Amino acid sequence: MAIYGTALLSICLLTGLLLGKLLGIVIGIDANVGGVGIAMLMLIVVAEKLHQSGHMPQPSRNGILFWSSIYIPIVVAMAASQNVRAAITGGPAAIIAGALVVAISFALVPLISRLGSADFDPVEQTNSDGGEE
Amino acid sequence: MMEIWESLESVLSKYSLVTAFSLVGIMVWVSYLISSRITKGRIHGSAIAILFGLLLAYAGGAITGGEKGIADIACLSGIGLMGGAMLRDLAIVATAFGVRLNEFTKTGLSGVVALLAGVLLSFFVGALVAYAFGYRDAVSMTTIGGGAATYIVGPVTGSALGASSEIIALSVAAGLVKSILVMIMTPFVAKSIGLDNPRSAMIFGGLMGTTSGVAGGLAATDERLVPYGAMAATFYTGLGCLLGPSVIFVVMNIIVG
Repeated sequence: MAIYGTALLSICLLTGLLLGKLLGIVIGIDANVGGVGIAMLMLIVVAEKLHQSGHMPQPSRNGILFWSSIYIPIVVAMAASQNVRAAITGGPAAIIAGALVVAISFALVPLISRLGSADFDPVEQTNSDGGEE
Repeated sequence: MMEIWESLESVLSKYSLVTAFSLVGIMVWVSYLISSRITKGRIHGSAIAILFGLLLAYAGGAITGGEKGIADIACLSGIGLMGGAMLRDLAIVATAFGVRLNEFTKTGLSGVVALLAGVLLSFFVGALVAYAFGYRDAVSMTTIGGGAATYIVGPVTGSALGASSEIIALSVAAGLVKSILVMIMTPFVAKSIGLDNPRSAMIFGGLMGTTSGVAGGLAATDERLVPYGAMAATFYTGLGCLLGPSVIFVVMNIIVG
């Protein structure tokens, strides 16, 4: 049933958020440290295990895939509920600080990419060569 | 006439999430139509949809004076629920479904390097801009630097250090500018910065750090890159909140104090 997939997804997110919060408490800050990231890792590992043991039928997968496929509309709604007015009326110091840091960070992406040795193919290719499945 | 509108509005408000699904669905449909017909596919439909969303958010803020964009209009409050942290994070985690673990582990180290570089760079650049605009005490410089990291790091750092509310507001504005620019600009610079594989996506997420910016920017570039960027970005705000009021403030105090 689809709810099994959605429940698994929700349990992973909640567990990740709780661990992220605990991690924040341990290092003494009032923020969630990597909760969503922990949840992603958990979902990958648990779903893989369930898949291998045959406990991940298509209906259950659909309960996760629906949320993944509605990601872009959710991001559009997120954009529509941002405080854009505050950003624009924040004054030149805020706009310059924000713009400058974005420009420099963009420029650093290829530099840090070159630091490592492992070569990565563009996603188009990594997706088509997944022959082991 | 007014009474009819009020009773119609009460339906839209009561079913606000359904209203949001309808409106966002129409927005996405129109955006993909514009993408294929007018730009001949050169600008991704989701990039147009996100831009559309930001324009609506500005209009909402201008009309209501509130902080949640178009979601401050009562009958559209469902947009805030649909695009809020709860469903956004659920959808982000769902994008990781189907990714193989070794793809994360072999990109992980680059993500960590990018995270540290991203947080330190943001504080440094933000503090420099603050200094140029006459905010020359260590507390203000660190707080605005935190804002240049994300709009959460700024106020967390500022309240820890006892910054004035004016400086904290400025830091939030800087973070908002960053997140909106990342959403808008990423698809346009993606090709020239090599943002086309899991590793560069993770580096991108670590450098930018703004979850909403990375989520929107990568969605408008290539949806398959989302889990990698989001994975790194999710650690950024925590790291910024950890380093800002501590190490970075101490260093800043030595330099300008």
